[in-house]
Amino acid sequence: MIDLHGFGHQLLQGALVTVELALASLVVGLVLGLLGAAAKLSSIKPLQWIANIYTTLIRGLPELLTVLIIYFGATTVLMSIASLFGYDEYIEIGAFAAGVTALGLTFGAYATEVFRGALQSIPKGQHESAVALGMGTFHKFYRIILPQVWRIALPGLGNLFLVLLKDTALVSVVGLEDIMRKANIAVSSTKEAFLFYLVAAIMYLALTVVSMGVVSYLEKRARRGLTRG
Amino acid sequence: MDFSVVVEYFPRLLEGTWVSLQLVVLSIVLGGIIALPIALARISPVLWIRSFPFAYIFFFRGTPLLVQIFLVYYGASQFEVVRESFLWPILREPFWCAIIAFTLNTSAYTAEIFRGAIQAIPPGEVEACKVVGMSKAQMYRRVLLPRAFGIVLPAYGNEIILMLKGSALASTITILDLTGMARTIIARTYTPIEIFLAAGAIYLVISMVIIAIFRQVEKRQNRYLGSVSIKVPDKG
Repeated sequence: MIDLHGFGHQLLQGALVTVELALASLVVGLVLGLLGAAAKLSSIKPLQWIANIYTTLIRGLPELLTVLIIYFGATTVLMSIASLFGYDEYIEIGAFAAGVTALGLTFGAYATEVFRGALQSIPKGQHESAVALGMGTFHKFYRIILPQVWRIALPGLGNLFLVLLKDTALVSVVGLEDIMRKANIAVSSTKEAFLFYLVAAIMYLALTVVSMGVVSYLEKRARRGLTRG
Repeated sequence: MDFSVVVEYFPRLLEGTWVSLQLVVLSIVLGGIIALPIALARISPVLWIRSFPFAYIFFFRGTPLLVQIFLVYYGASQFEVVRESFLWPILREPFWCAIIAFTLNTSAYTAEIFRGAIQAIPPGEVEACKVVGMSKAQMYRRVLLPRAFGIVLPAYGNEIILMLKGSALASTITILDLTGMARTIIARTYTPIEIFLAAGAIYLVISMVIIAIFRQVEKRQNRYLGSVSIKVPDKG
C-alpha cells in the first residue's frame, strides 16, 4: 500500500469540503439557471438583456478569474457598501462563500442555456392541456412543465456538474481547504509532489465516477413515465 | 473605483496577453496533432488498442486541469531520474510545464471531438469509398478526415475557448500570463476589481475574435453544402 505519511485523513476531509462546495454551488447554479432561462424566454426586454449579459460575461471569463474577482472584489464592494452605513471595520468573505458564489454563477450561466433549450422543447399542447384542466400558472409549472424539463435537461446538467466538480479545485487558490489544498500542504511537508497530486487526481476521478452513476440513475428515474420509442 | 490604474498598467496587461496567446496557440496545435492518432485508436475494433486511449481520455477529462499542471510542474521534479535527465531543462521551466499539461489535457478533449466527428459521417460515404475501390488510407485521407474536419469545427472552436479560459491556470505556477500579470499588478497597487475586470475584458475580446474567425472558417469549409449548412434543423 502506498504510504501517505498520515495525510490520508486530511485528504479525505478535503474531499468532504470539495463535495460540499460542489453541492452548494449546484443548488445556487440550478436556481440561477432556471431564473436565467425564465428571463431569456420572458417577453420583457430588459430581463432578456440582463440574462444575455449575464451568460455572455460569465461564459467568456476564465473560471479562475471569476473566483478571484468574487473573492477579492466582494470584500471591496461589501466594505464600500458597509461604509455607506457608517461601518468601517474590515470585512472579509470566506473562501467557501466566494467559491459557492463564483462556481454557482458559472454553473448558472451554462445551465441557463440547458434549461432554455429544455423549456422550449416542451410541446405547446402540454401547456394547453394543463390550462384546460384548470391548473394555475404555478401548478402547471410545478406538476407538468418542470418534471419534463428535468428529464430533458438532465444529461446537459450532468455534464455541467462534472465540469463544476473539477472547477472546485480552483477555489483552493484562494485558500479553501479542499482536496487540492490538502494535497498542497502534504506536498510542502513531504516533498512528494507526484504521489500526492496523483492521489488527488484519483480522488477527483472517483468523485467523477460516483457523480456519473448518480446522474445515470436520475436519468433512468426521470424517464420512468416515458414509454419506449 | 479608479480606472486610471488600468490605463497605467495596460501595457503590462498586454504583455501578459501575449504570453496567454502563446500558451493557447502552442497547446492547441500540439494537442491537435496528438489528438488525431488517439481518436483513430479510440475507434479501433481491437480491444487492447482501444483501451489505452480510453484510459488516457478518462484520466485527462476526469481530473481538474489544476491537478494536471501541478503533477507536471511539481510532480516531475520528485524523481531524481527526471532531474538528471536531458528533459530537465524543459521540465524546470514553468512555461514548458504549462504547455505539456495543456497539450495533454486538450488532446484528450480534442480526441473525443474528432472521434465524434468521424463516427458522425454517414455509413453510406464509407460504403461508397469501398465501392470505388479506395484503400483504407485513401478513404481516411480523401473522404473521412476532410469530412470530419467540417463537422468538427463548431465543437473545436468551443474547445479553443475552453483552452483560453484554462490558460489562466498557468498563473498558479508563476507564469505571468494575463491572469498572472493581473495578480502581480494587484499585489503592487491593491486595486483588484479594476485590474481583474480589465483582464476579464481582454479575455472576452479574445473569445469574440476566436468565435468570429471560426464562423468564417466554418462558412468556407462547409461551403459545398450551400445554404443548408447554415440552417439549424427545426425541432420536431
